[in-house]
Amino acid sequence: MTIEAASHSPIARETASEPLIHPLWVRVTHWINALAMFMMIGSGWQIYDASPLFRFLHFPKQIALGDWLAGALLWHFAAMWLLVINGIIYVALGILTGRFRRKLLPIRLRDVASDFVAALRGRLAHDDLAVYNAVQKLLYLGVLLAGVLIVFSGVSIWKPVQFKWLTAVFGGYDRARYVHFFAMASIVAFLTIHVTLALIVPKSLRAMIFGRADGER
Amino acid sequence: MPRYRKNPPGVDPKLLIKDAAKLLPAPSRRLFLRGALSLGALSMLTGCDIVDGQTSENALRVISRFNDRVQALLFSETTLAPEYPESAITRPFPFNAYYNEDEAPDIDGDTWQLEIGGLVDNKKPWTLPELNALPEVSQITRHVCVEGWSAIGSWQGVKLSDFLKMIGADTRAKYVWFQCAEGYSNTIDMPTALHPQTQLTLKFDHKTLPTAYGFPVKIRIPTKLGFKNPKYVTAMWVQNNDAGGYWEDRGYNWFSGQ
Repeated sequence: MTIEAASHSPIARETASEPLIHPLWVRVTHWINALAMFMMIGSGWQIYDASPLFRFLHFPKQIALGDWLAGALLWHFAAMWLLVINGIIYVALGILTGRFRRKLLPIRLRDVASDFVAALRGRLAHDDLAVYNAVQKLLYLGVLLAGVLIVFSGVSIWKPVQFKWLTAVFGGYDRARYVHFFAMASIVAFLTIHVTLALIVPKSLRAMIFGRADGER
Repeated sequence: MPRYRKNPPGVDPKLLIKDAAKLLPAPSRRLFLRGALSLGALSMLTGCDIVDGQTSENALRVISRFNDRVQALLFSETTLAPEYPESAITRPFPFNAYYNEDEAPDIDGDTWQLEIGGLVDNKKPWTLPELNALPEVSQITRHVCVEGWSAIGSWQGVKLSDFLKMIGADTRAKYVWFQCAEGYSNTIDMPTALHPQTQLTLKFDHKTLPTAYGFPVKIRIPTKLGFKNPKYVTAMWVQNNDAGGYWEDRGYNWFSGQ
């Protein structure tokens, strides 16, 4: 049987008519979030450089956004609206539609361990993109929490007087800066894995664009 | 097409990175994107030309003005900046300006006068002994720089809201503008000027304000970022038009509240 024939087999057709892996609202909020994250992280690096937290870490201008501090701050405090409004819509729909509960829960420690070992051996199944393995669940939930943390720590740095109670939750202004930094670092670490895996398993990327793994609308 | 701007002559880009806020960018310089990676990646993501100069710079400034209004709404006249014990004071408290410490204006306290203008009944200028004779308030608060670092200082002086009432300022006016000896300036909103912690500062840590911290007068505003706390003040005007400010005109957010 040739490859062409295979693509017209009943199995292929059945795949095409399967329900959406990612509904439209997930895809739209995902890509808006990608753009907002890109702007927030790029400008955040430039802002970091104005007063670095670590002697050894400095972000090259070529990968930062905003030309100099004032421009980076303008980008940061513009993109924050996109990030937060889009984030609220995403989280609200994730909870209301039950998608978070369905997709991300439960996470069992034993599953995480076995799926992690399987992933390292390259034996993790990707047959059904609609079902997340335990490592994926943990990472997606983790980055959601990092997203919440980065917004709240960011607000506490922006408004340490008007929202001083929030700044106090993070242990004061200076500590809140570190929390904000490490939340960024976690998100960047996640993105590195996330983007690498999306490129290794291209049908997952197609699913996030078209909703279905076979690329049909 | 995305435009690539060369650094202004004589400006070392590494220095710019090291100390972005202390260097003076030429007014014509773009505020936002630089670097092939960012440009390319953003163009790819958006598929349009949002990185092109004036359009996105204007959009960013419109959003910054929107953020001014949001911050004015968030601002509460009764919310106080946290105060700290003496042991928390940062020593030495850092000097910070767009010039070196030895270039700070050296003002003669005997001849200096605070000029008063605008929507004020009594425009008589104030001498330093006259200001020192007024009732003193004190605060130990955190100075937060737009660059991100912070330091805790101890300031004493006259409550600005009391001073404004004393000189018969029209507190329905929208702004208070401060002119400084070296050419620096700031405009602040009236609600902030009337905030109980906003201070016409004459002392640091109970001693006459040293040159580094703004002798003879600094305006201490713990609800605003550091650059909105003018030093070496020579004039104060109560007015309804926004006269901008040194850094505000160079792209920092106008309200810059905390």
